[in-house]
Amino acid sequence: MIIDHPLLGPRDSSEFTYLGDASLIDRPDPAGEDASSDFYDYAYLRDNPAGWHKELWFHEAGDRSWLVVTRNTVTHEISKVELASDVARAQGRSK
Amino acid sequence: MRYSGFRVIKEALTGHKGWKPVWRDPEPASHYDIVIVGGGGHGLATAHYLAKEFGQARVAVIEKGWIGGGNVGRNTTIIRSNYLLDGNEPFYEFSLKLWEGLEQDLNYNAMVSQRGILNLIHSDGQRDAFIRRGNAMILNGADADLMTTEAIKKKYPFLNTSDARFPIQGGLAQHRGGTVRHDAVAWGYARSADSHGVDIIQNCEVTGFRIENGVCKGVETSRGFIGAGKVGCAVAGSSGRLLSLANMRLPIESHVLQAFVTEGLKPVLPGVITFGAGHFYCSQSDKGGLVFGGNLDGYNSYAQRGNLPVVEDVCEGAMAILPMLGRARILRMWGGVMDMSMDGSPIIDRTHIDGLYFNGGWCYGGFKATPASGFAFAHLLARDTLHPTATAYRLDRFRKGYLIDEKGVGNQPNLH
Ligand SMILES: Cc1cc2nc3c(=O)[nH]c(=O)nc-3n(C[C@H](O)[C@H](O)[C@H](O)COP(=O)(O)OP(=O)(O)OC[C@H]3O[C@@H](n4cnc5c(N)ncnc54)[C@H](O)[C@@H]3O)c2cc1C
Repeated sequence: MIIDHPLLGPRDSSEFTYLGDASLIDRPDPAGEDASSDFYDYAYLRDNPAGWHKELWFHEAGDRSWLVVTRNTVTHEISKVELASDVARAQGRSK
Repeated sequence: MRYSGFRVIKEALTGHKGWKPVWRDPEPASHYDIVIVGGGGHGLATAHYLAKEFGQARVAVIEKGWIGGGNVGRNTTIIRSNYLLDGNEPFYEFSLKLWEGLEQDLNYNAMVSQRGILNLIHSDGQRDAFIRRGNAMILNGADADLMTTEAIKKKYPFLNTSDARFPIQGGLAQHRGGTVRHDAVAWGYARSADSHGVDIIQNCEVTGFRIENGVCKGVETSRGFIGAGKVGCAVAGSSGRLLSLANMRLPIESHVLQAFVTEGLKPVLPGVITFGAGHFYCSQSDKGGLVFGGNLDGYNSYAQRGNLPVVEDVCEGAMAILPMLGRARILRMWGGVMDMSMDGSPIIDRTHIDGLYFNGGWCYGGFKATPASGFAFAHLLARDTLHPTATAYRLDRFRKGYLIDEKGVGNQPNLH
């Protein structure tokens, strides 16, 4: 697979390590009322879709940026690659 | 029809005209006591034990394609019981014991071959860890043997023991481990289940569950509704997809694992060998091909094929310890979809929906578990209590903190 890095252009996927579902960006509020159940959901449960999947890849052997890659888990086709920091900010996070 | 040496001779003398289809091809009935979704090794084994050990006759196995087309026909056929943790080892040892009597139980030649498995050691730390594992195995009634480099050299003279970076410093062997003809496991269980009255319904995809007031009443399928007292799901890599039809999210990610086989060679490799410094393992099939594999590709996938970086990584592992493999040509490579759980251990449990039961999270190691998984799942479905060797495989263990993490890598499925 080739990941089209937003800053560096097309890079081989072997330069990256994979973390998992991009929902891992949305860490629950540890002070929230349902924190223990929210963290269980966050840490262990996954949608695991067959089809389009937003996921976190780390450019370990490159510029060490975190990316959100939109990839089809049935065909391995990649439709979109964004910097995770941009995605997080667009969701209202400070960084 | 019972199989025997006498039968083979008789058929040989009469032009092989007496062989019959091995299982029926029935139309689905409108209702069963128990419906198993998934005609892989685990689903078929469950049906066999339900009928034979637990006296359940009104059972159906529903398979979307043909039986044996999933991981049971795609794996590298290794069986072993060399686990460390209490939640796992008694279960896998129970499974190995069932393998030892399987062919008599099924009256079917599954080519169970206890040729032994050897896990190589490459550092002092690894030796300590493997000694601990070997002791845990022995405490649970399994066999384990710490082999010296000299003994290994004698038995496997072709291994590169003096690799500059990862010299072989010994190994942990389980001589009762080995390989089994994987397709024959699916066929043998199917034949036996069928002969005990189980309906095996192929080309029938489950497309939904009928759930009324929190009770599962049956399954919607591509061939209509099939009612059931209880529904047991055993669909391995498709677990997330199937259970999402019951609005459940699972502690599972689906990942692709690749395997490779070379051209047929004369017997060169007497057992199963695993590299301890990278991830590579190899055995020789009875047809002569060297069957080998390594790590997961490492990203969520439902494609039954992987990518090239893993091919390179596996072949590097091969060249580090088994350089003779470099002289053989690879004939085929393929991938299967693994139900990777969040702690690397399986789940055999009820769900929060009455009448709906789940068996999954087998990761890349569910072939060896087939007999015990079928037995324990049948036990749960028939008696509504957990089998004594499978009490740790609860679905809620992640919520409660009772993880069974053999590798100690946490909730990251691609590292297990
Ligand atoms: C390359 C590779 C190597 C492996 N090597 C080993 C090994 O050496 N040792 C070991 O112990 N394990 C190994 N494994 C793991 C092992 O193969 C699996 O854990 C095990 O086979 C899974 O259980 P199963 O046989 O029931 O799965 P499967 O055979 O995959 O059965 C699941 C069935 O469910 C069906 N299904 C799915 N969705 C539906 C639906 N909606 N309706 C009806 N049917 C459905 C599928 O078609 C499939 O036939 C390996 C796996 C792979 C891919």
